[in-house]
Amino acid sequence: MAEFTLPKNSKIKPGKHFPAKNAKKPRTFRVYRWSPDDGENPRIDSYEVDMESCGPMVLDALLKIKNEIDPTLTLRRSCREGICGSCAMNIDGTNTLACTMASADCAAGDVKIYPLPHMPVVKDLVPDLSHFYAQFASIKPWLRTQSPAPDRERLQSPEERKKIDGLYECILCACCSTSCPSYWWNGDKYLGPAILLQAYRWIVDSRDEVTGERLDDLEDPFKLYRCHTIMNCTRTCPKGLNPAKAIAEIKKLMVERRSA
Amino acid sequence: MTAKDLRNPLKVARGLGSSQSGVGHWWTQRVTAAALVVLLIWFVITVLGLLHADYATALATVAKPWNALLLIVLLVTMFWHAVLGLQVVIEDYVHTRWKEVLSLVLIKFLAVLGALASVLAVLRIALTH
Repeated sequence: MAEFTLPKNSKIKPGKHFPAKNAKKPRTFRVYRWSPDDGENPRIDSYEVDMESCGPMVLDALLKIKNEIDPTLTLRRSCREGICGSCAMNIDGTNTLACTMASADCAAGDVKIYPLPHMPVVKDLVPDLSHFYAQFASIKPWLRTQSPAPDRERLQSPEERKKIDGLYECILCACCSTSCPSYWWNGDKYLGPAILLQAYRWIVDSRDEVTGERLDDLEDPFKLYRCHTIMNCTRTCPKGLNPAKAIAEIKKLMVERRSA
Repeated sequence: MTAKDLRNPLKVARGLGSSQSGVGHWWTQRVTAAALVVLLIWFVITVLGLLHADYATALATVAKPWNALLLIVLLVTMFWHAVLGLQVVIEDYVHTRWKEVLSLVLIKFLAVLGALASVLAVLRIALTH
């Protein structure tokens, strides 16, 4: 059966508290901590951060914690402007990017920060996304053609180009896939919203010539049809994209190429 | 802890590949759902018409050819739609392979049994009244 409770060694225990010294505007950040090296269960450490001397985003607070309070805190970050997808995590109960989520926009009280749900944890806020990336590779996310390569670029009309708007912006941060209960229970086989949106991005690309093969590869009760239109993906996407719609479009194409 | 998986993640992600099925299930589930909307409206209206009626009137209503036919269509569609939905629930949550296969086969048997039994019941009324 699907597991609805955490295994014994994943149960979260109370952790350390780091009080702020003479802070003008203290705010507490409660952060999930786990290290593979000490054999301990995960714990929630709470850090009081002086918001007076801290940048506005949750990422600013996390980096302030790492720089000034506890250098052992581990997280991924790179661009700090919502284009790399590295700092995806569960903040205030929602998967989002720490760099584009303002601390002030989190619900009043403590800010709760966990890694992306239902993924193996490498350390602290760093999830293991190997399977997610492998699933991305499995849909062959590049332009595939049969006709010989032309001497110049393959042309596309503005209307055709418009069809990949709302798809090409995906940064593969995995917020949507890890918010999807179907991906939690069946992520080993179900491709999940992010990868299906990427698959659709190549299916609707007017220059791609293997549309049928792409649909063949997705036609599967688990790879595609585990989507039950729960819509968590669309609600959580930090880039405002609509993976649920992309999946619905794939399902429509599946019907279109067969007899009703 | 299980032993470290030495396979390349791509090998795991590609798995056994696509089963080239699932569209039929998805489409049939939607077609039966649409049919049930219409059939259930008819059914509710028919049942409301039988309020305060006695047993003999109820039997006579079911025995009318059109009513018997639509009732059989409703019952078959309902069991069909139910088994498709149950299949999804089992595939979602039952992850021990033998339990999954067993319950998938079992619900199909039960659905066929239930559908045939209810069709037989309608036919008995329709052909004897």
